[in-house]
Amino acid sequence: MDLTYSPEDDAFRAEVRAFLDARLPEDVRAKVLLGKRLGKDDFMRWQKILHARGWGAGRWPQRFGGAGWTVVQDHIFEEERAEAGAPPQIAFGLRMVAPVLMTFGSVRQQEYFLPKIIAGEHFWCQGFSEPGSGSDLASLRTEAVSKADHYVVSGQKTWNTAGQHADWIFCLVRTRSEGRPQEGISFLLIDMKTPGIEVRPITLLDGEREINEVWFDEVQVPVENLVGEENKGWTYAKFLLTHERTNNAGIGMCKRGLHTLKEIATDQLVNGRPLIEDVRFRDRIAEVELELMALEINNLRVLSAAAIEERPIGPEASMLKIKGSQIIQQLAELRMHALGHDALPYLYEALEPDWVADPLLAEHYPAYAPPVSGQYFNLRKTTIYAGSTEIQKNIISKLVLGL
Amino acid sequence: MDFRYTEEQLALRETLHRFIARDYDFARRRALVSSPLGFSAEAWAQYADLGVLALPFPQEYGGLGGNPVDIMVVMELVGQGLLLEPILSTVVMCGGVIRDAASEAMKRALLPQIGAGSLQLAFACYEAAGRYDLASVACRARPSGDGWCLSGRKNVVLDAPSADGFLVSARVSGQVADSEGISLFLVKRDAPGLTLRWYPTQSGGRAADLRLEDVVVEADAHVGSPGQALEIIERAVDRSTAALCAEAVGIMTALNEATLSYLKTRKQFGVPIGSFQVLQHRMADMYIAAEQARSMCILATVNADSKDVAVRRRVVSGAKAHIGRAARFVGQQAVQLHGAMGVVDELIVSHYFKRLTVIDLTLGDSDFHLARFGESLRPAGQ
Ligand SMILES: Cc1cc2nc3c(=O)[nH]c(=O)nc-3n(C[C@H](O)[C@H](O)[C@H](O)COP(=O)(O)OP(=O)(O)OC[C@H]3O[C@@H](n4cnc5c(N)ncnc54)[C@H](O)[C@@H]3O)c2cc1C
Repeated sequence: MDLTYSPEDDAFRAEVRAFLDARLPEDVRAKVLLGKRLGKDDFMRWQKILHARGWGAGRWPQRFGGAGWTVVQDHIFEEERAEAGAPPQIAFGLRMVAPVLMTFGSVRQQEYFLPKIIAGEHFWCQGFSEPGSGSDLASLRTEAVSKADHYVVSGQKTWNTAGQHADWIFCLVRTRSEGRPQEGISFLLIDMKTPGIEVRPITLLDGEREINEVWFDEVQVPVENLVGEENKGWTYAKFLLTHERTNNAGIGMCKRGLHTLKEIATDQLVNGRPLIEDVRFRDRIAEVELELMALEINNLRVLSAAAIEERPIGPEASMLKIKGSQIIQQLAELRMHALGHDALPYLYEALEPDWVADPLLAEHYPAYAPPVSGQYFNLRKTTIYAGSTEIQKNIISKLVLGL
Repeated sequence: MDFRYTEEQLALRETLHRFIARDYDFARRRALVSSPLGFSAEAWAQYADLGVLALPFPQEYGGLGGNPVDIMVVMELVGQGLLLEPILSTVVMCGGVIRDAASEAMKRALLPQIGAGSLQLAFACYEAAGRYDLASVACRARPSGDGWCLSGRKNVVLDAPSADGFLVSARVSGQVADSEGISLFLVKRDAPGLTLRWYPTQSGGRAADLRLEDVVVEADAHVGSPGQALEIIERAVDRSTAALCAEAVGIMTALNEATLSYLKTRKQFGVPIGSFQVLQHRMADMYIAAEQARSMCILATVNADSKDVAVRRRVVSGAKAHIGRAARFVGQQAVQLHGAMGVVDELIVSHYFKRLTVIDLTLGDSDFHLARFGESLRPAGQ
């Protein structure tokens, strides 16, 4: 047992810090730290900067252009990245479809798509869920009819994050209706510019537009865009979901969220003293911090074991996803409660980068306040998407505990 | 003991129920949220016709002489319908203060107007530095001629943008957190020196920050005896807190109904999701939480006007702390059980959830009230 970072790890951390110091654009950093709306440009710009440094895809193997980081290096990077206020990398391409392509895709697909993902040229989105198929994903109905050299795709996807920005979408489609539903699903890569695709925005409870319905009306998709074998898509999807869930632990983001919470609770006063000195509130922060400490080690332990044994992460990913999503929510809830009355104003325009509070408002309304309540509302999604908490517990009960 | 509503209360409930179904469905509410006024002037007039706005006032001032249970009936429906009109601010908070503490002349002038729907008031007693502490008043009032001159700030004053006037707490003597030395003034919306900065709230209502710069008011704008207003303010806030609890109970009941019906109709894996035992137990917990909350709300309501201040504080704060937590649980779980449908703007579910959240943060959050309740647990003699 040794929980210390090696000298190489320390050196790596210093290198990451220096890089973030030098290369993270100040305007992007300010937006992230103040919870402003980020645009596609912000994400792509940052991805290009990382790519130029050779860090476009930390965990990808070097043969695909990745940095080949260890689990610990990736952890260090994420921690420093979040603390510095750099945007997260968009996971759909880098951490979801890319591992699928590396493992099951054709050489042509790998050669075409992977370089564009890492270089920040292609923005990807995920087309799995449908109105009737959420938790029960295998019941999906969007169909792909095989013609000579292409498929014709028709149907509807929904709850699709960032489709309005995406160049490409990876979809689960039905290619066979007989037999077990899982055995008639294929994994298709679809260019969002193809005729017949329509993206319709859905407004979330915080007023933001981050998800969409995506409609397919006889969309023609070349057969080269089928990943792996026809009707084997479910296997690839499960592989992808495990990756998605592992990433969902979001330790770096939680640490940053905890840090912000402490800053807010130090600034806010109760009976003339900082809120963080209020025993009731302080205990509540402490409780979440303890959960996070445990999760950080849990996360490293699970990832290291998988790396040493050279196997993919198993159903333990569900545990990491459950805990990570709950901690993110608890931190957001505490940040909101820390604000007291200042949690009440709904200032949609305040999330624009150039917004400044007018003098009357600025007298009491701190710069960190505008995004806080919206984040609390918005982050209820984390226990719903990527497989709900209930579904993760079903997985643990069945696959880990054998119940 | 009798937990039943009276015939009149049942009739009032039925009437409001029908009003919401007919004139205040969710689509209508959404349109109102983004309208210039932010609520319905027609609905306000209808509440006046129904007697809702005159409910708690004595008959000699055009009122119906109602009690806190009547208000509870109304507020439950305000919750269920997510009604946006300023009933709580105008009738319960400000109307309550005027009824309890204003001069005879002020009562005669204002209560009939409130009851008729021609006067809206907002309660401006919280300041930024004080969090939920009503004694924390930095806003100053000094004598000026026959009247008073007020300077200071009031923050997140609910329903302020549409109000014709405000009840403003201001200090006539002492230091910022002293309980003595606070007075209460009626300040008109158009008073010179008063500036408003308004904004929408997270639950679809409106609020504003107030800046008072040498706002001069007449002597008769003073409510109660000089320097002795804290007691009046706390009494009004306690009564309003009980009313807010009733609103939360109304929402929890409606939200549980919506969730239960979703569990029965939403199918996954070929069966209604309500057939999964984990969701059955969750729904059972939500039901229990709402029932416990209702009982606390009843307890707070019948004690909201108690002459025994210690009892009133204890029970009202106990209810708000308890209901704040119940509301958080029910709200979060209702969203969770709706899956992605729970986080969209299009369904009423997320709006109920947001309103419950805002209620928890209004007139003192759970922590504030838990502490206030806890004070009553001190051993005797300390
Ligand atoms: C903000 C957001 C972004 C999203 N982005 C994407 C995206 O980019 N691409 C994409 O494909 N999808 C996306 N999703 C969809 C997400 O994956 C689904 O919401 C999720 O799978 C749950 O499905 P559902 O919403 O249909 O809920 P349902 O499956 O209808 O579930 C409703 C409730 O029932 C429970 N439940 C269901 N089955 C069981 C069971 N067997 N046992 C116990 N409880 C059960 C659930 O836990 C939940 O509480 C997103 C969702 C959200 C909220």
